[in-house]
Amino acid sequence: MTDKHLFSITALFDTPDEVIHAAHETSQAGYARYDVNTPYPVHGMDKAMKLKPTRLGVFSLAFGILGAVSAVLFMSWVSLVDYPLIIGGKPFWSWPAFVPVAFEVTVLLVAVLTVVTMIVLFFKFPNNSHPLHDTPYMKRVSSDKFGVSIQADDPKFNERDVAAFLKKIGGKEIASVYFDAEELITPRRLFEPKFLAILAATALIVSGATYVIFNQIMFMEPFSWMSTQVKLKPQRPSELFKDGIGMQRPVAGTVARGFIPYAFAGKPDLAGKNLVNPLPMTKEVIERGKSKYLTYCSPCHGNFGAGDSRLRGQFPNPPTLHSDKVRTWPDGNLYHVMTEGQNVMPSYAAQISRDDRWAVVNYIRVMQRAHNAKESDLK
Amino acid sequence: MGGKKELPTRVTSLGRLLVFAGIALVALGYALDPHQMVFENVIGFLLFTSVAAGAVFLVALEYIGGAVWSVPMRRVNEFLALLTLVTPVLALPMFFYLHDIFHWLHPEALETDPILAGKSPYLNVDFLIIRFVVVFVLWNGFAFLFTRNSQKQDETRDPKLTTVNIRLAAVFIPVFAITLTLTAVDWAMSLEPHWFSTIIGVYYFSGTVLAALSVATYAIVRLHEAGYFPMLRRDHFYSLGALLFAFINFWAYIAFSQFLLIWYADLPEETFWFINRWHNGWEYVSVLLIIVHFAVPYFALLTQDSKMDLKRLKVMSIWILVAHLVDLYWLVMPTHSKNVSVSWTVIAFPILLVGMIIVVLSYKMKRTNLVPVGDPKLERGLSFHL
Repeated sequence: MTDKHLFSITALFDTPDEVIHAAHETSQAGYARYDVNTPYPVHGMDKAMKLKPTRLGVFSLAFGILGAVSAVLFMSWVSLVDYPLIIGGKPFWSWPAFVPVAFEVTVLLVAVLTVVTMIVLFFKFPNNSHPLHDTPYMKRVSSDKFGVSIQADDPKFNERDVAAFLKKIGGKEIASVYFDAEELITPRRLFEPKFLAILAATALIVSGATYVIFNQIMFMEPFSWMSTQVKLKPQRPSELFKDGIGMQRPVAGTVARGFIPYAFAGKPDLAGKNLVNPLPMTKEVIERGKSKYLTYCSPCHGNFGAGDSRLRGQFPNPPTLHSDKVRTWPDGNLYHVMTEGQNVMPSYAAQISRDDRWAVVNYIRVMQRAHNAKESDLK
Repeated sequence: MGGKKELPTRVTSLGRLLVFAGIALVALGYALDPHQMVFENVIGFLLFTSVAAGAVFLVALEYIGGAVWSVPMRRVNEFLALLTLVTPVLALPMFFYLHDIFHWLHPEALETDPILAGKSPYLNVDFLIIRFVVVFVLWNGFAFLFTRNSQKQDETRDPKLTTVNIRLAAVFIPVFAITLTLTAVDWAMSLEPHWFSTIIGVYYFSGTVLAALSVATYAIVRLHEAGYFPMLRRDHFYSLGALLFAFINFWAYIAFSQFLLIWYADLPEETFWFINRWHNGWEYVSVLLIIVHFAVPYFALLTQDSKMDLKRLKVMSIWILVAHLVDLYWLVMPTHSKNVSVSWTVIAFPILLVGMIIVVLSYKMKRTNLVPVGDPKLERGLSFHL
């Protein structure tokens, strides 16, 4: 027993009320170095033990403020300086969008850093041994009993007095707890090579395993029945061609399906002379032309082609379609203007298909006729 | 413990006085400016509903949650549940002025507005009255059953009645969720018939629980101080304070969620509601609401000690009830007036509410045990430790 030192004398209690009473009595009796161990938090204990409020809350508050401020600063930097993006037409600095993120970061930092602080500052990590560990006393107070342990380093400590005192306040199974002499020397072992080596090894193993899992194992194919095929893929290299490019340029002069090159680009006169309207003047064609006209032409030319649209004044006004010049134009000229554009009017070839442009020509003819109706039309 | 007790005559007559004063003020308001008063009536109706339906909910919550700490003071909520009988009566004047509050009622609006016409299968007077009747029949029915079983238990001491009430509570909770949402949609959301928020039911629910809880907390603390609840300890008060604190946070969470989703989506049919509350002086009410309904109670109830401090609890109960009133004002009033103009009529219904609470409590306390002496959980509730 020479290398064994007395750590404390312990006593067990049956109910939380009893242990609160015992803690109260112990602090009243003037003991300062003692602790209470319970299987779950017992409210009112800090008052019975006359404990000062823990300083851990101050750390939590600091971490919370740190989390909120750093989250807001980071998001502000991202959205104002590093990568300004307009999202949903909102200002760059849109604080409501920051609130959920700032809230989460705050909670995360408080939770993680408070636990780390508690372990490092209060539990003196990496020292993880305590004389009470692995004793019969600890086995009971971590399951169904409540315990008080008065330590030997208390200035008032006297082995016989303390045992008698604990018995007096209702304690049962009074026992002494010893610890080895080598445990007595407990300097901070944060920079001990063994600890640092284990820390480094843990970091390496965890990050290595994470890398392998997320970059290798997750992309292993259990089977590749049809997902891998020998075929050309757009934007991918290919060994089939000499230049190694998968997506080859079409042969010169290739024409896309359904696309006929316009033969009279820049030659309105020739277009007027040579182009023939392929569509008949039927009701369906006129309806089709009307629909396209109202969609694409009416914003400038007006609903009836008089050049009196709602955009009047905001752009140079288009001339009326009822002038003698336009009325006497052959169909080909009208088609040419739609295809190529004229003055400020751009080409509509991309918006209106070839056949639809001819249908619009027919509809314009209908409007011109209606605008200059003859007596005989009224019949 | 137990036994039927009477409130001092001074308090009872104050209650009666407040009820008469409240009714007189409401009548005067209707006589002077019915168009203004009917909106105050909507606010008052929602305020009464909050306390009444919230009290029934708190009773059901205790049963379904198997809570023991609240058993000794459950009767206060059972008594307040009687307000579900009073609330529909107070709603009656509104039905004479429905045309003033509901834009969807105007036939010329329905003719020209395809959106309103599309909503008319739900938003029409007949269905509104049906919903109103069904909702209050359900609430009164459940309140009656809960209190009847609980009071029967005082004599029979039959633990089976607790089981019956637990089953009732299991039915009531989903019924409550639907009925309270209907109430919020009918009387708060449909004031702006083009606007919609799928979270409005939860939003009103968070305020409802707060209102009922703050009334119950104030009543319990006051009764404890006056010697009616000598057996309550700080553990009980801490639990009340913690529940208040939790729902303060819940309200803020829901209120911000509603704002964030509408702000983010930025759809004109939703945003105009918030834009109306951010102009012509309403922006001050909006900011005030955040401070009064969240920031102040949050910090006032944050620490452990403040939840056990009886004086703090009393002050914060009144504060939160007033905050709920501001919340309802903010919810309803912008429909009535583009500018903030607080009229004296705003106090009529709160005065009536305070009077009604006193009258209902004194009426029930005379006839019913203040503590559910037959409840099998009472012993554990009395020796409740945190």
